[in-house]
Amino acid sequence: MLLVDVIVAILLTSGMFFMFVGAIGLLRLPDFYTRLHATGKCDTLGEGLIIVGLIIYHLFHYPGTPLVTVKLLFLIIFIFIANPTAIHAIVKAAYRRGLKPWKWGEGRR
Amino acid sequence: MNGGEKGFGIIVTFCIMFLFWLILSGFFDAFHLITGGICSAIVTLISHGLLVRGKSQKVLLKSLRLLLYVPWQLWQIVLANVDVAYRVLHPKMPIDPLVIEFETSLRGDFALVTLANSITLTPGTITIFVEPEKGKYWVHALAKEHAHAHLVDKTMQRKVAYVFMEW
Repeated sequence: MLLVDVIVAILLTSGMFFMFVGAIGLLRLPDFYTRLHATGKCDTLGEGLIIVGLIIYHLFHYPGTPLVTVKLLFLIIFIFIANPTAIHAIVKAAYRRGLKPWKWGEGRR
Repeated sequence: MNGGEKGFGIIVTFCIMFLFWLILSGFFDAFHLITGGICSAIVTLISHGLLVRGKSQKVLLKSLRLLLYVPWQLWQIVLANVDVAYRVLHPKMPIDPLVIEFETSLRGDFALVTLANSITLTPGTITIFVEPEKGKYWVHALAKEHAHAHLVDKTMQRKVAYVFMEW
């Protein structure tokens, strides 16, 4: 049980680390497109790692309700499909609108 | 789409929807089964053309190849996150964004979407725009080495083309 808890803790912490990096990237990066790089990728992996941690925790501490783990698994699949699609939709809207990507040496926007 | 393929699509969609209902509900008494059946039938009526597009040939082989593609893709996502984390946390932020465009041999909707989402999730690149007729992609890259992966290396494009047998 202790080993399971350690693995779960590692997964949750690394997931939180990537979410945190995504938030820092949102604040530090210079323009709209680059900010989406940070939020899009880091949120996807961060949420994925956190949910994997929850799955393992549930599987070992509450083995009587396996359907919950299947539902969590579906959450991961849908996040991994929906997240990049949503980013693509936002970026496409911005590009159509004529927002120019930031180039090296320009000021922050 | 002829009649047989349409029937195949309807049956497959209904089975998937009903299985999904069973997993989410977790109750197996008559009331929940009948309600689930009715709901699955309604969803199937509205959207059977979306999930299965007539082409019933080689679906199993493609699904198998897709399953083999997913672990590689997951590893790429981990690499992408470490890369973005490095660039974001680095005091000088070593980024030099640029927009690139390239053509691929992909034509099918599912293949195009898979590559577009894969590009968005892998190191330093986001799909801006896709032109389905030519299989052309506009991609925003965070730095030159990320653009290099798609213009010169083309590993991901070849893998997706292999999965969907479109080259």
